[in-house]
Amino acid sequence: MSLAPFDAATLYGLLGAVLVGIGLYGIVLHESFMRRLLAFNLLGGGVFILFGVVARRGAGAGFPGDPVPQALVITGVVVAFCATALAITLIERLAAKDEASDGDHKS
Amino acid sequence: MLGLALDLLIAALVIGVALWTVRTRDDFAAIVGFVAYGLLLTLAWARLAAYDVALTEAAIGGGVTGVILLRASIRLKPVVTVRKPISARILVGLLCAAISAGLSAVVLLPMTPAPSLATEVRAHLAGTGLGNPIAGVLMAYRALDTFLETVVVLLALFGVWSLTPDAAWGGRPVMAGPTAAFGPLPLFGRVLIPVGIVIGIYIVWVGADAPGGKFQGATILAAMWILAMMAGLTKAPPIGRWRLRLLLAAGPIVFVAVGLAGIPLAGAFLAYPEALAKPLILLIEVALTLSIAATLGLLVAGPPETASGAEP
Repeated sequence: MSLAPFDAATLYGLLGAVLVGIGLYGIVLHESFMRRLLAFNLLGGGVFILFGVVARRGAGAGFPGDPVPQALVITGVVVAFCATALAITLIERLAAKDEASDGDHKS
Repeated sequence: MLGLALDLLIAALVIGVALWTVRTRDDFAAIVGFVAYGLLLTLAWARLAAYDVALTEAAIGGGVTGVILLRASIRLKPVVTVRKPISARILVGLLCAAISAGLSAVVLLPMTPAPSLATEVRAHLAGTGLGNPIAGVLMAYRALDTFLETVVVLLALFGVWSLTPDAAWGGRPVMAGPTAAFGPLPLFGRVLIPVGIVIGIYIVWVGADAPGGKFQGATILAAMWILAMMAGLTKAPPIGRWRLRLLLAAGPIVFVAVGLAGIPLAGAFLAYPEALAKPLILLIEVALTLSIAATLGLLVAGPPETASGAEP
């Protein structure tokens, strides 16, 4: 093992590491579900970037990056969107339910 | 040198908007920050020479995710963010920084030689009839992942629809506001949608040999449909209609049918006979494009809220 040269891949790797930390901070400290979901997506973006750095360092055979992790990140981005869409709908439904039960208490 | 300066600028901007998204007290500002984050990450992906991922991130991470977040911001009441006590913030901050430091160590002390499957992908790419290695991985080497992904997209829509209030079951999701027909949106839609459809189909088609592909193209097509629904140019279909459900399931059905046909013809599930690889991949991609575009559009539209729009 030796220290990586300070190139673009290393820089973006450090960016990914920082984004994971920022996202985690938001998930732990926010009480609102919506804000936690945003923070979770920030974290996810950081993980994807880390994976992209692995791909970039695996460049070879005439490709600028290893296509296998790149393809898996594309799959990951789509799945993350689906999970986000489902989570948002759950949050909206929960809020509607809370509103309805608040109304019951008042009447 | 100039390249590194650009990379530093992009990284600083991404961290800036990420901090903004987490720190701001205003939910709407956080959403705007997140959309900016998605678009800036696109630049990072382009700088990592992952153009296919950059397209996906632009279309999905910055694009449709932004639309769905804005939908939520309209439907949800703003919540006042209460800051936790400073001691909790410092403790959590330190622990999160420790995790970032650990990941940074992994980045700074990489394995040598770097693990890579690039050589194997190059060696077998000709057999798939595709020129874009990413498409080769998605449609051939890791076709099982891609198949399961299309099922996940569909399952997410099942989840969203299952949150429909009982009274609204079978109705139409409503995207357009009451004043949509009088604003600039219908004109914008009429100008942009024809162009967007052509670009979407082009991105799907060119994905065989160049950056692009069905997920990116389908997302653009979905965005055009969403725009048409938001502008009131078309209505979302009632979710009970069986033709709609067939369209949503067509992609995974074609994919699994071709996959099963691979067992007698090529010796394995999801294997293609070499002579037919390209036409079969194209068949799957066309079916998947239509299904994914429809599914993404309906995911953004959300569940129907009232049965009033059930039938015209």
